[in-house]
Amino acid sequence: MSTLVPAATGTGGVNGVALTVLILLFALVTGMGFWATRWRRADSMESLDEWGLGGRRFGTWVTWFLLGGDLYTAYTFVAVPAAMFALGAVSGFFAVPYTIVLYPIIFIFMARLWSVSHRHGYVTPADFVKGRYGSRGLALAVSITGILATMPYIALQLVGIQAVLEVAGVGGSNALAKDLPLFIAFALLAAYTYSSGLRAPAVIAFVKDALIYLVIIVAVIYLPSKVGGWDSVFSAAEAKMAKPNPVTGKPTGAYIPNAQQYWAYATLAFGSALALFMYPHSITATLSSSSRNTIRRNASILPAYSFVLGLLALLGWVAIAAGTKPIGLDGKPNAQLVIPQLFEDMFPSWFAGVAFAAVAIGALVPAAIMSIAAANTFTRNIYRDFLKPNATHAQEAKVGKLVSLLVKAFALIFVLTLDKQNAINFQLLGGIWILQTFPAIVFGLYTRWFHRWALLVGWAVGMVYGTVTAYNVINPATKGHFGGSLEMIPTIGKMGYIGMTAFVINLVIAAVLSFVLNAMKVAPGHDETIKGDYFADAGDPRVEKNVALDAHLTTGTP
Amino acid sequence: MSIDSEVDHDTVPPANKGLLAVAGVLLALPMIALLWVSSYSRKDPELWGFPFFIWYQFLWVFLCSAMTYTAYRLVLRARPHRPMSDDRTRTERDGGVR
Repeated sequence: MSTLVPAATGTGGVNGVALTVLILLFALVTGMGFWATRWRRADSMESLDEWGLGGRRFGTWVTWFLLGGDLYTAYTFVAVPAAMFALGAVSGFFAVPYTIVLYPIIFIFMARLWSVSHRHGYVTPADFVKGRYGSRGLALAVSITGILATMPYIALQLVGIQAVLEVAGVGGSNALAKDLPLFIAFALLAAYTYSSGLRAPAVIAFVKDALIYLVIIVAVIYLPSKVGGWDSVFSAAEAKMAKPNPVTGKPTGAYIPNAQQYWAYATLAFGSALALFMYPHSITATLSSSSRNTIRRNASILPAYSFVLGLLALLGWVAIAAGTKPIGLDGKPNAQLVIPQLFEDMFPSWFAGVAFAAVAIGALVPAAIMSIAAANTFTRNIYRDFLKPNATHAQEAKVGKLVSLLVKAFALIFVLTLDKQNAINFQLLGGIWILQTFPAIVFGLYTRWFHRWALLVGWAVGMVYGTVTAYNVINPATKGHFGGSLEMIPTIGKMGYIGMTAFVINLVIAAVLSFVLNAMKVAPGHDETIKGDYFADAGDPRVEKNVALDAHLTTGTP
Repeated sequence: MSIDSEVDHDTVPPANKGLLAVAGVLLALPMIALLWVSSYSRKDPELWGFPFFIWYQFLWVFLCSAMTYTAYRLVLRARPHRPMSDDRTRTERDGGVR
């Protein structure tokens, strides 16, 4: 990524006005990030409840902004239209049904997870798994999967910022100048996440979401009129997708899915929807809400973001009609640059700056929450469970803060030293992996019938199957591994999402083994929850007073 | 609140099963509709130049939102919150573990 090439071969040089606007808006949110520590100030930030969950007191609207800012990441904004531009509807537009079916799904189980987590002071999904199944092994599997799946996702946020900077023309003639802006941006992010915790992304999310809505609405009204209206957008997309690919001889992509692609479209949408709320960062943002019903109310107002995402996806097709040429600083075509390039070509430069800022700031919110969530998971489920069982709240908060720095440093090194494609491959794998924790977490919210060892074996088989299958997908153009997330579904014989196939295999194994282990009366493990815990709400005993009850731990000797 | 001490909290709070079932149907409909891809992978009828495939899925954003909100109201009514008492097992379970 740090190739020594002259800047600005394909992007028309540094865009001074756009860059100035971008830097000003960036400075604004940095200030807000540091200020956030005073927002809804707590008596003490020295616990994971305060630092890592914002004191668990976010209401419906803050949660809406926070979850919206968290789930719809900069990478989404870059990658979904890029997929529409390059490959068409199956790879790109599935994001719309995905983010629609998502909300009925989380409506069903998230309130239960909120209740039991607040009754027992759980901060991460692995905390719940440990309490429910009395199994440190299963909890460790869930927490490691969470951390592994989150790391490349953070790295991809950097890729989103890089795409914007590249099109804005930032990138000197040497590696240092090229990477320095990214380095500064991430150092600032790390600093205010360290001091303000989850409050920082919650405050910045307001700016991010406002900018995103503004840019998308302006873009979908203004841009199509510049290229001859929606009619010509759709006919240009249809023509491009039907044209044979020079390498494979098959059509370039899908304008509308054909009969061979129904399974692919449906399993991508459904599998991704099941997976999304297994990521630690989604659960962190949910648990920070102030009541059981906050998340349910949010399930009916969060689809506003799905609508915006759908419009954004269509901008990939607008770029086809506009003849956008996404060419990187290295002079090679790079579909990931298509949206920033479209903005730079079509908008006046000051508004291109606003649009760039929307994407770049869009990277900060998820990156902050993801690093906090990964830090929470490490602190609670590895540090406390395996390294220092008697850790005080103050020690937990301290470790959490340090790990959040480490995670971001790792992501930065990952992106600066390795090929971007690695981050994309790992993120693809991350989605497959995180889905394998679904049975242990979600089924566990309803029943103890599944046996802890059966879930562990099902998880392991799903992980291995998913990883091997994804590795063996060969990209027809480049002949590289990890060529995509689709593979033939065994017995059905149609292409489908690998994660979903792995999930079904995982489920069958967990069910069969549970039946056997339960029949053999193998010890099921101690369950510390009671049925009523899954329906508790704010105001019930222990739900609000978690921190206060343990005041002696907070203030105790380190 | 006064009968708290009499309630066994290791049970599922009582609910109106009929209303819960209706809510379940409302939540299932968007999933079925959108996973049934062959029902909408068509170009016609177009709406304002948008292919059916595109505008139909946009339409479901609003339908799903309305159905989820209705389900929310129904669930609130179907299973009123049962306040929890400070159960006696608390100290034993909490004791120093956290």
